[in-house]
Amino acid sequence: MRALRAGAPQLLAFLAVLLADRLVAPQFLDLHWQDGRLFGSLVDVFNRGAPVALLSLGMVLVVATGGIDLSVGAVMAIAGAVAASLADSQPLPLVLAAALATGLVCGLWNGLLVAVLRIQPIVATLILMVAGRGIAQLITEGRIITFASPDLAFLGGGAVLGVPMPVVLVLGMLLLTLALVRGTALGLMIEATGGNARASALAGIDTRAVTLAVYAWSGFCAALAGVVAAADILGADANNAGLWLELDAILAVVVAGSSLLGGRFSLWLAVLGAFLIQAMNTGILLSGLPPELNLVVKAAVVLAVLLLQSPRLAGLSLLLRSPR
Amino acid sequence: MSDTPLLSVRGLSKSFAGHQALAGVDFTLRRGEIHALLGENGAGKSTFIKTVTGIVRRDAGDVWLDGVPIAPRSAEESARAGIATVYQEVGLLPNLTVAQNLFLGREPTRFGLVRARAMRQRARERLAEFGLAIDVGAPLGSFPVAVQHLVAIARAVDLSARALILDEPTASLDTHEVTVLFGVMRRLAAQGIGIVFVTHFLEQVYAITDRITVLRNGRLVTERETAQFPRLDLVRTMLGRDLAEDEGRAETGARAPRIEAGPPVLRADKLGKAGYLRPVDLTVAGGEVVGLAGLLGSGRTETARLLFGAERPDQGRILLDGKPVRIAGPRDALKHRLGYCPEERKTDGIVADLTVRENIVLALQARRGPFRPVGGAAQDRIARDFIAKLDIRPPDPERPIGLLSGGNQQKALLARWLATEPRLLILDEPTRGIDVGAHAEIIRLIRSLCDAGLALLVISSELEEIVTYSDRVIVMRDRAQVAELADGAIDVTAILRAIAAEAAPASLPEPA
Repeated sequence: MRALRAGAPQLLAFLAVLLADRLVAPQFLDLHWQDGRLFGSLVDVFNRGAPVALLSLGMVLVVATGGIDLSVGAVMAIAGAVAASLADSQPLPLVLAAALATGLVCGLWNGLLVAVLRIQPIVATLILMVAGRGIAQLITEGRIITFASPDLAFLGGGAVLGVPMPVVLVLGMLLLTLALVRGTALGLMIEATGGNARASALAGIDTRAVTLAVYAWSGFCAALAGVVAAADILGADANNAGLWLELDAILAVVVAGSSLLGGRFSLWLAVLGAFLIQAMNTGILLSGLPPELNLVVKAAVVLAVLLLQSPRLAGLSLLLRSPR
Repeated sequence: MSDTPLLSVRGLSKSFAGHQALAGVDFTLRRGEIHALLGENGAGKSTFIKTVTGIVRRDAGDVWLDGVPIAPRSAEESARAGIATVYQEVGLLPNLTVAQNLFLGREPTRFGLVRARAMRQRARERLAEFGLAIDVGAPLGSFPVAVQHLVAIARAVDLSARALILDEPTASLDTHEVTVLFGVMRRLAAQGIGIVFVTHFLEQVYAITDRITVLRNGRLVTERETAQFPRLDLVRTMLGRDLAEDEGRAETGARAPRIEAGPPVLRADKLGKAGYLRPVDLTVAGGEVVGLAGLLGSGRTETARLLFGAERPDQGRILLDGKPVRIAGPRDALKHRLGYCPEERKTDGIVADLTVRENIVLALQARRGPFRPVGGAAQDRIARDFIAKLDIRPPDPERPIGLLSGGNQQKALLARWLATEPRLLILDEPTRGIDVGAHAEIIRLIRSLCDAGLALLVISSELEEIVTYSDRVIVMRDRAQVAELADGAIDVTAILRAIAAEAAPASLPEPA
């Protein structure tokens, strides 16, 4: 109940965007059943938004510690390349394990730079953001690797009980992450570290391990997003997989109400933020407006959501409500 | 009336979320007057200052400066109008130089370029008027807080302040620095500037102020000339209760002689660090309070940080129950059931965004590790338990701790460590910057904790305080241990004599 109230601005914004989508594209909310899964524009929003939603699950934790992870797009490309190059020769569990482990190593690398070597997060993760695409290209040897493995393809195009697999994965990861950070005291420790690292360390919290952990998790989430993206197109494109998605993930986290200075965070709002962004993208595509407008509209909506959360504006609405 | 007051406030009111923080407060500041603004935590001093200077919008009331109504909407507007505020936490930029800080936003320029040399020259002149001869080209942050305060005051006065509000400027200054500050204040007052002085030190109130205004629970209680306001009356007015009773209790509650202090819980054996602290030997037993006395920067906090692992010693060892232990960091200390309430509450203590409950369970949770969470119900029970036991106000475990007053934050931090059931608790300036009432409560608490068998190492600048609760007192000077006083030998004069053994006696405070 409290979580719902805290997320009211985001939820309202999401519903408003869906409504706007419905106005520009009357068929937007139509759902139909075909080949054992749901189809429709609304389903597409969740399906297309899945990679960013996965990224935002890691990003929101990194941001909560006061950091940022610019490398997630590049890690998607690396993990996608690993998965695609193994897909036709290895069984799925091994493919997945290899790709996810790669992501975890990338995340640990970032965490090492930030937590142990104390490099500023934006610079530390910039390194992998730049180098990551090169690494991905080395893995694909500069080509676009395609694969035919139906097992891996299922992760991108399959469905469980009619729900597209990427959406299932997002839900699964949301629950897993919730269990990991809210089922344990990690969430509290992350928020404490982001809120006041000095005080947290003096209270006995291993802030270094906490920082390491969130970057590792961000890498892991990015790797899964990369696998989903690769499975979706049955191939790995080292140049374009996950390109600029780190920015969408940061946007999703900001829309979720997290401060980039660290502190409080909400996992489900971060996921909602990712889907909100995708709902805008889809709406503009459906409306037939030039896609260039996409970025401008996105900026406007994000601004609106941030304004809704602004304490100053909240004070204003209080004033308006109680005339004196 | 020919003599309009410099600053006149009438019927100032402000409420936050239904809580009336200020209720129709009147205040008058005359030219050339040093006016103490006193009150317990929650009396409304901070709100008063913020409301007058426009940081917080007032609900009702009027403010006149030199007979002209003003309604600033920010600290900057207020400063331009002529009311400048210098806060306990200096609001300047520590990474800029002293000169840059002094002239920030109004640098002398030629052809659009800053004339750095001229600026430094002028900065030197300005500061010389304040008796400060420092390198104005060095970063402000490299100077002691006292110097930073003087620079902030110099800047405020230079910005043509007619009224100056000093919010607890002396909280972290040593005696000599206070003397210098007082000299500056007197000089400014002689120039006709009105000064509002907020402090918790009653001595200082009587040393420098002309007039006293007391607030309690957001209301004006009284305004009187300092000379006509006996100390006992003042304290009684501030507390809103009969002090005689409290004093009586304090007398009878003085620590009973120790019943045979057990073997030491903690022993530091030549613990030190080059360039940080010369080797220290000390022991603390269960049920014993050991006081660490000394001037600011004498090595008190340094000792605490070495003991707790916040700083790595490079010589000596720490023994717990006679066995040497390795304390490589606060987590090790926590594991060995040590606790440490640091001096800097805001930067080293609280996590402002988190709730009181979360702040209280933080250390306990840290010791249990992330994968053995203290359950929600248990957290709530622990928090409510300590809120009741330590009388933390408001008694709401879900309130962000940053919204509490200093005294209540301090109690919550004490609760954080008590929740870990420590064997040894190190308290660094536990009563600093908190009001008289909370002050007495904390001291009572120290006693009762000790009676319950806890070993306590308490650092304090207030010698009277140390004398009341300590079984032994270790005196520090210039980052070295210089004396240890025990039992009958503990009194303020003895401590002073130990501190003063080499220092010039003129710079020492008089024992009250």
